[in-house]
This record gives sequence, structure tokens and C-alpha cells, in this order.
Amino acid sequence: MESIIFAMFNGVLYGMLLFLLASGLTLIFSMMGVLNFAHASFFMLGAYFAYQISEGLNFWAALFVAPVIVGLVGAGVERWGLRPVHRYGHVAELLFTFGVAYVIEELVQMIWGRVPVPYEIPELMSGALFTWQGFDYSIYRVFMLVVSVVIFVALFALLTYTRIGLIIRAAVSDPVHVATLGHDIPRIFMWTFGFGCALAGVAGVVGGNVLGTEPAMAIQLGPIVFVVIVIGGLGSLGGALVAALIIGVVTRLAIFYDYGLGSLFLSLGLEIDTAGLLRDFTRITTAQVAPVLPYLMLVLMLIFKPRGLFGTRDV
Amino acid sequence: MSTLLGRLTPWIAGAAALIALPHVFTSGFALTLMSQIGLLIVFALAYNMLLGQGGMLSFGHAVYFGLAGYFTIHYLNFIYEEQVPYIPVTLIPLLGGLVGLFFGILIGYVSTRRAGTTFAMISLGFGEMVTALTLVLVAIFNGEDGIQTDRVLGEELFGITYGPNIEVYYLIAGWCLVCTLAMFLLTRTPFGRISNAVRDNPERVEFIGYSSQRIRWLAFSLSSFFAGIAGALHAVNIEHVGFEQVSVIQSGLVLFMVYIGGAATFVGPIIGATLLYFLQSTLTGVTEAWVLYLGVLFVGVIMFFPGGLAGLISMHQPIWRARARLLAPLLVPYSRFLAALIVCVLGCIGLIEMLYFRSSRLSTETELVIYGVESDPFSAGPWLIFAAAAGLGAFAIRKTYPGAVSAWNTAIADARARPLG
Repeated sequence: MESIIFAMFNGVLYGMLLFLLASGLTLIFSMMGVLNFAHASFFMLGAYFAYQISEGLNFWAALFVAPVIVGLVGAGVERWGLRPVHRYGHVAELLFTFGVAYVIEELVQMIWGRVPVPYEIPELMSGALFTWQGFDYSIYRVFMLVVSVVIFVALFALLTYTRIGLIIRAAVSDPVHVATLGHDIPRIFMWTFGFGCALAGVAGVVGGNVLGTEPAMAIQLGPIVFVVIVIGGLGSLGGALVAALIIGVVTRLAIFYDYGLGSLFLSLGLEIDTAGLLRDFTRITTAQVAPVLPYLMLVLMLIFKPRGLFGTRDV
Repeated sequence: MSTLLGRLTPWIAGAAALIALPHVFTSGFALTLMSQIGLLIVFALAYNMLLGQGGMLSFGHAVYFGLAGYFTIHYLNFIYEEQVPYIPVTLIPLLGGLVGLFFGILIGYVSTRRAGTTFAMISLGFGEMVTALTLVLVAIFNGEDGIQTDRVLGEELFGITYGPNIEVYYLIAGWCLVCTLAMFLLTRTPFGRISNAVRDNPERVEFIGYSSQRIRWLAFSLSSFFAGIAGALHAVNIEHVGFEQVSVIQSGLVLFMVYIGGAATFVGPIIGATLLYFLQSTLTGVTEAWVLYLGVLFVGVIMFFPGGLAGLISMHQPIWRARARLLAPLLVPYSRFLAALIVCVLGCIGLIEMLYFRSSRLSTETELVIYGVESDPFSAGPWLIFAAAAGLGAFAIRKTYPGAVSAWNTAIADARARPLG
């Protein structure tokens, strides 16, 4: 029981990190129709900027400055890169962001090298906050959880109760009408894109030192974020939250409870193949399958409920 | 009769070139290069059945290439152990194609229900899933090491053993020609046309009584079939398949080849596969920044020349069709623009190389040589020179570009003003 709670805690933490990425991605997608392939690259930029800033100043400066820089870079990419491509259609836009992801990864390697950089958890928060039932709950992980929950609440409030949020939500559902009301749609696009990238940057700042700050981090996380927004339903922030939490908890539980699938087959009364090419199907454990699980969920979701959990329109 | 001959000419010339090439470029490196390019052409053309002709952007098409490769290696090994019926190596690619077709039908059924961005995401999901599985199912895929085989099964027709690389080259060249012809003829069938229609306007296709989903599924399966042939050829050529062959990196590479070559034309993927693989195999030894250049080239093509290289060529087709002499006034503005572009690119390459050199921190042992000149990335001189070249080049590009565009506009207007013939 105690261990379940600990595994759930880590799962929720990972899920909230995924949500920080997915929220920006799904906002951008539902407003502009652009699936930003480079979204996880902005997450990576957030981590690297935070590393550089905390080298010079400290972690707290990084927490506030790095996301702003990432957001400005994102807005710049939208203004000078994506906007000219807009007239060639959505496929060209998607391809453009795919190319940008390559370029950002290579630029990061060019500046910071191919090996991981030592971006550490701030010393102030390196200990355990409390120990419960034999498991250490570290200060930093609780801090990460607090940051992501605060951002979720702030984002929700921003979109629900402010005028900016009203315009953004209107632009999501019907950009043409919003434009006829006199709002500068390209500018809203640019700042939404930048804002979404800044959210990814926050995830990079708080997650980079736990997950490891290295050039491959974008490629590892990017596809999972796509899975999150498809399962949650495109354009739905609440769906993104639920899907992110589900994926976070399921993958962490699979790693934590390392069951072998062979025993499952045995209990189902199936023959076990121990020598042939298919022997791995009975020998692998849930921890080994964990990386595959999000994609499996994606496929099942697309077969049975293509709109996702809370999607209001077809993907 | 003359039109038939005219249509056959490119194919006969292509076949003659494939036969002659190994006699012109005799080195071992060139032979491996040409073999690999041959099978990548098949892969790129198969990919373009989706992207260019069917309007489906896939980030996971290497799955069918790679799985066919794995299957081929296992099958060859099983032939040695005499567990499966013997198939001559000459026909093994067909088996790979059937493997690709099988997975294409299976996965295509789920993924082609949607088009556009959703299709792209699903393809990425399947790509990631299969890549993750190669690291989990060790008995089949053998993790990061991959699996290998020996392609020499014994003598086949005319004493061919596929031991020497030249025999494998001709195997690949033959299959490349056959597959290219098959895929070209496919674009001329009613299916090829309706596939284009699904790309352009799926709603209208539904109104004339076709199921656009079925058409996408069929196009996807056929494309996977040809990708499978390419994968089997890869397995026979390299005698090794690893997780890189199914991964998103391989899928991205074929996407780059097709898009940079030009997805809107049939020859675009051929140009792209040839150029990119040639650059890749020659540049990876010279520079660390090859992937960066590739990415920048790709982004540049999307932003400025969405038709790709083949699109640039076909832009000028109406001009030389009308009268070749109309091309002459283009020469000066084009070469001005090209010169500016070259200066800018050379400057940027110099800057990038010095940045890479500094970040890899090998400065004490080795010296950086750019364009045959030793350049010290820790002194201001080279930085100033390259930055000046990049800046001047960019300035000149802005100045010369309008001239090149207006020259083309005049030429195309002249060409259209003249009646054909």
C-alpha cells in the first residue's frame, strides 16, 4: 500500500510534467491547426537555458528568466519561420516544425556539446521533505508538483476569467470570426505560440535536472506528448491533464511493479514458449514494456474512440 | 510510334546508365554508394506514393522498410538451418515486399482512417512503438546490436552467388528499375489518379462514389510493399539490420530525401535520394555538422522552394518547351543570385564549423582546416572574415533575388505569348 502511494506520487509528478508540455501543444494545435513537432525541443531549450543561467546566477533566476527567453525564441520562430510557410498549408507547417526540431537539436549540440550537461537540483532543495512509510519524498519533487499545479490553476484561470483568455478561446473555436471583430489574428497566433513554448520551457527548467539535460531529451519526450494530446482529445486542456496523469501513473506503476508477463500467460492457462523466437513475449516484464505502453494506448484509443477522451471534434 | 519511342527513351537511358555506372566508377566505395542509392531510390519513390501522390505525411514509414529487413535476415538464416523452403536470393526482395505489404495492410487499416495531421501523428506513434519493441523483444530484433546474416546461399542462375559486391549492385539495379517502372505505371492507372484526387479534395471523391479511406488504405499498403522490397535489398546489401532501420531517424531521412528532391514530381525522390545519400556518405567524415546542414537545407526548401529541386527544374519547363533561346536572358540574373548565395553559405559554414570545433573542445591536439586554410577558432581573424562573407552574401541575396524573379517572370510571359510548335 505504502509503495503504491509512492509510485503514484512519482507518476503524478511525471504526468504533471507531461501536462505542462501538452497544454501548450494542444492550445497551439487547436488554434492554428499546427502540430508543433518542435515543442519538446523548446522543453530542451528551457533546460539548457536554465543550466546556463543557474551557472551564472542561481536556480530562482533561471526559473523565471529561462521560460521567458524560450517564449521569445518560440514567438520569433512563429513570426519569421512559420508565418511565411502558412500559405503552403498544414502539411508544410508540420514539416517546417519537424525541420526546426532537427535544427534546434543540432544547435544545442553545437553550443553545449554532445554529452549531458551537469544541471543539478538546487542544493537548498536536495534533501527529503518528509519520510512516510519508509519512502523519502524529496523537497524538489514536491516543489515540482507545486509549480506544475500552480501553473495549471493559473492557466485555467487565465483562460476562463480574463479577457485575453476569452479571445484565445474564441480564436481556438473560430479564428475567422475573431478576425472580423478586429483582432489581429496573426499576432494572437504568435503570442500563443510563444506562450505555449514558454510553458514547455518551464517544464524544461523544473524537469531538466531530474530527467537529465542532454541533446536526446527532446526526441525521447516529444512523441509521448503527442500521445497525450491525442488521448486527451485535441483542443481539450482538461483532457490533456487527465491523459497526462494516466500515462504518467501507468508507466511509473509498470516500472515499479515489475511483473513478468509469463506468469500472466500461465494463469490464463496458455502454453509458454521458452525457446523459439517468440520467447520474449513470455519473458518480458512490465517494466520493459513501459516505454511501449503510451503508444499502445494511442493505438487502442484511435481504434475505439478516435476523438480522444474529451475531444469535441474529430482529430 | 515516335511518341512511344519518346516515352521509352528515359527508361532505356536509365537502364543503360545503371549497367554502365560500375564500369565508370570502379572503386569499392563508389559501388557500395551506388548500391545503397539504388535501394534508397525505391524507398523514396515508395514514400512519395504517400506524401506526393496521396497527400499523407508519414513519420514512420521506415517501419515497413526495417521490418522487411529483419524478416529477410531471419529468412536467410532459416534457409541455412533448412527450416524454411529455399528461395533464391534474387527473389528474396519480393518476400520482403510481401512482409511490408502485410504490415502495411494491418497498420494501414488503423492509421489511414484519418488524413493530414492526425495521420502523421499516428504514423509517428507506430514508428515509436516498433522502435521501442526492437529493444524489448531481444530474440527477434536483438536490441541495439541488430541481427546479421550471410547472403551467399550458393550458386543461382548463371553461376551468380552474390558474394562479390558487383553482383549485388546488379541485383539492386535490376529491382530498382523494375520497381521504378511499376510505380511510374501505377501513377498512370485510375487508382493513381483517384489517389491524387483524394490528396486534393477527399470530399469530392466521396461524392463521386469512392471511399477516400479505402483509397488511402490501398495507397498505404502498396507503398509499404515497395518499402519492404527496399528493406529486403538493404538487408541483402549490408547483411545487417538494426533498430536504426525502423527508427524515426530513418523515416525522417526518407522524408528529407523526398521533400528536398521534390514531392510533386515523379523524378523528385530519385534526385533527392541520390543527392542526399551522396552528401551524407561523403560529408559525415568531413564535418560534424552534417545533420545541421541537412536540417537547415530542409527548412530552407520548405520556406522558399516548396517544390523542391525537381520543382525548380519543372518551373522552367514551359520556357524551354516554347523556345530554348528564352533561357538565355535568365543566365546573368541567375548567376548573380547564385554567387551571392554561395558566398553567404560558405561564410555560414565557416562560422558553424568554428563553433562546433570550440564546443567539442579538442583544440589542443588538432587544428581546424576550413576550405584548405588553417583557421584558428580562438582568434578574431577567421570569425571576422566568415561573418563578413555571411553578412555580405545575405545582403547580396536580398539585392539580386528580385532580379532573378523578374527575369523568370519575363521569360515565362514570353513563352506563354508564343504558340507552341
